[in-house]
Amino acid sequence: MIAALSLPHLLLADFGLSAALLAFCSALYAIPAALRKDARWLASARNAAIAPFVLLTLAVACLEGLLYSGAFGLQYVNAVTSRAMPWYLRLTALWGGQAGSLFFWCWLLSGYSALVMLRNWRRERDLQPGVTIVLMVTLLFFLGLVIGLENPFNKLWVAPGGSVSAGILQPAGALPFAPADGRGLNPLLRHPGMIIHPPMLYLGFIGFVVPYAFAIAALVAGRRDDAWIRVTRRWTLVAWMFLSLGLLLGGRWAYDVLGWGGYWGWDPVEIAAFMPWLTATAFLHSVLIQEKRGMFKHWNMSLIILTYALVVLGTFLTRSGVLSSVHAFAQSAIGPWFFAFVALMACVSLGLLLKRWELLRGDNALDSWLSREGLFLLNNLIFMGIVAACLWGVMYPIISELFTGQKVTVGPPYYERTTGPLFAALLLLMGVAPLAAWRAGAARRLGRAFWKPALVAGLLPAGALLSGITQLAALLGLWLAALVACVTLYEFYRGAQARARITGSGFWPSFVQLVLRNRRRYGGFTIHLGVVLMAFGIIGIELFQSETQATLAYGEQLSIGNYQLRYDSLVEFPAADGRVITRATLNVNQNGRLVTQLFPRRDFFTDSQQPMTIPAIYSTLAGDLYVLLVGWEPAGAGGATFKVYVNPLVNWLWAGGLVFIIGTLVATWPERHELQTAAERARALHLPARSVTGGV
Amino acid sequence: MPVLTMRLLRFPSRFALVLMVLGAALFWLPASVLAASATPTDDEVNAVASQLYCPVCENVPLDVCGTQACSQWRAIIRQKLQAGWSASRIHAFFAEQYGARVLASPPFAGASVLFWLVPLALLSAGVLVLVRVLRKPAPAAPDLAVPVSAAHAARLERELDDWR
Repeated sequence: MIAALSLPHLLLADFGLSAALLAFCSALYAIPAALRKDARWLASARNAAIAPFVLLTLAVACLEGLLYSGAFGLQYVNAVTSRAMPWYLRLTALWGGQAGSLFFWCWLLSGYSALVMLRNWRRERDLQPGVTIVLMVTLLFFLGLVIGLENPFNKLWVAPGGSVSAGILQPAGALPFAPADGRGLNPLLRHPGMIIHPPMLYLGFIGFVVPYAFAIAALVAGRRDDAWIRVTRRWTLVAWMFLSLGLLLGGRWAYDVLGWGGYWGWDPVEIAAFMPWLTATAFLHSVLIQEKRGMFKHWNMSLIILTYALVVLGTFLTRSGVLSSVHAFAQSAIGPWFFAFVALMACVSLGLLLKRWELLRGDNALDSWLSREGLFLLNNLIFMGIVAACLWGVMYPIISELFTGQKVTVGPPYYERTTGPLFAALLLLMGVAPLAAWRAGAARRLGRAFWKPALVAGLLPAGALLSGITQLAALLGLWLAALVACVTLYEFYRGAQARARITGSGFWPSFVQLVLRNRRRYGGFTIHLGVVLMAFGIIGIELFQSETQATLAYGEQLSIGNYQLRYDSLVEFPAADGRVITRATLNVNQNGRLVTQLFPRRDFFTDSQQPMTIPAIYSTLAGDLYVLLVGWEPAGAGGATFKVYVNPLVNWLWAGGLVFIIGTLVATWPERHELQTAAERARALHLPARSVTGGV
Repeated sequence: MPVLTMRLLRFPSRFALVLMVLGAALFWLPASVLAASATPTDDEVNAVASQLYCPVCENVPLDVCGTQACSQWRAIIRQKLQAGWSASRIHAFFAEQYGARVLASPPFAGASVLFWLVPLALLSAGVLVLVRVLRKPAPAAPDLAVPVSAAHAARLERELDDWR
């Protein structure tokens, strides 16, 4: 007798699948309904665009129930959970594999769509059909992939011959099959960073579908104003914040788990997530120009279309297996569909843009390249340069394999050479642009404003030079980061000073007032300060990382920098969840004084036969001492091999990330007058204020 | 004996030369013997390995990869270093054995030349376009042609600063 799914599991699986199918039908109905030029049909389309969220929430709840209770007769549950896994890992296994993460993608997109329908409906009526259609088409595509090709509700079946297959429907002659235990989540993903990182990344990715939907709707409706930008401004910022957070958490996870002493390896998967971030950052800057000066309308449209295309492309690159080889892509069920969808959406969007090209002529021409808007355009071009370099690096191995049959690796040397100078140029612009005036771009005036901060910033590389640092890249990097810091801090100071003069209150109250009164501007400057801190961290680890490796017997020691590490002991013990842990103890002396004990370890997951090297880290503001246990003799006393890195200033990177996110929050938070107008509108409509607080 | 001393003293330069050659030989011989026999340190092996990728572990540099296969590759690197091979010769050896994909980036040779030329071409094209656009005189802004007094301009700047 072969074990089968229990009845509650069977019911949950079928209920979840039915809810997903209904969500698909509802989204499908919304499209023709939105196309009707009739208010009642449009209202119906709106409801049909909200319904998928309710239905998919039910379906996700069902899948979570199945994951939690260990329904190992389902292919997905079997692949990502096991009895030994703790409850929270079983729940977060929802995004631990292909089918689940695509399903999670759909659920988040349906959530965003519902929020748009609920919050942004009252404004801009002529955009509503377009927005509804774009959101639902995207949802239909992903939901179609999930239901048709990567269904998380697929059941396992065993044929009379003993071969196991997966599918929704029972193959002829086959019997349901439920193994006693699942295979369990990939050990590399059993980390807090990996639990939060994918949802953040997805929230960011999917968030950009909303401004894209509004942009396309504006093109369809033939609007030439920037309403679509104003309505989605906060959406874009929220999406951007989540994506930034996702990238940061991913970096931290790599640093803590992958055990190679770094946070960013120019891996194609990382770059796939980085590219939409780059275009979105360019977009956030250039929409400012459209709002203030009515310029760059084509450019902004192109940027948001590109961001959307890169979001789908990024999901495609990471999900289709095309990165490991062209053959894996050809074999993957979803690859060709993804490819077709990206191509279709890009063609339709660009076609629409060309159709409205004349309509979107700017209200003003660019007066000077040294004006604020000129420098912003330059900033955008540099961002595009980085995107182009990244895209070429990611695509080249695919192109090479396709045309020459030869597989190649495009690794850090390429990316560092191509993007390094561009990032430096971005820092320079970050220091110069806040000093430039709108419109007028007199070189003399800019020069007058520039020389003082440039000189003050020069003190840092001068100090570094005196302390013996002679690397040109480091000195230049330090100068640029210091320049941005000077200019940005001076902007804060000047604003607060001016405010203090006007209001007569003290400097610090004026400072707080200033930031609160113009959150977008000063939130932006806070983000720049975050970037400065991150730049210091990156300069530290990229240019001054040192490493050494040695095999030590008990009591022996190795030295790196001003640290001495003495190997004391090695223990091996099993953990509750099926791991075998081998842990070394090292005493760390700094300049001859004992500062800490470190416990680098190797976890071996017996069920998946997978080892995992967990670093031990001694963190200070000056840098990290990062120790890996890379090997040992069975007896332990015979000797263990340690790889030790000193990563100078790396914690500035994480601190900078925190400042960055705080800055984004400041910029995103609704300003008081917006809340007031929302409240006034609510009073006029006799509605509670909360329901009309404007776009998220 | 005195004759020899006299001769050597008569040719101080030749004497010095002989001494130098002897000295150099003394220093050089053990050095080369040592180089061939001393085991390369882990750091020397890692320095070479960090520029290589094994074909199985995608995107993990060889110096940090924990698999059995990668540790065998590192053992090969150690042997080659011990035999006096240079880093670039070892890289070329692995590329010949396993294909160009083991290198951290495509070499500037063969079909991969194109890989390096495309970004260069893009960059030059971008710079060219920028230069052309920059050279073009900015369209005259009629409202800026109106004479503005210095005090007025300063006030305008101030107010603009406060406003933005």
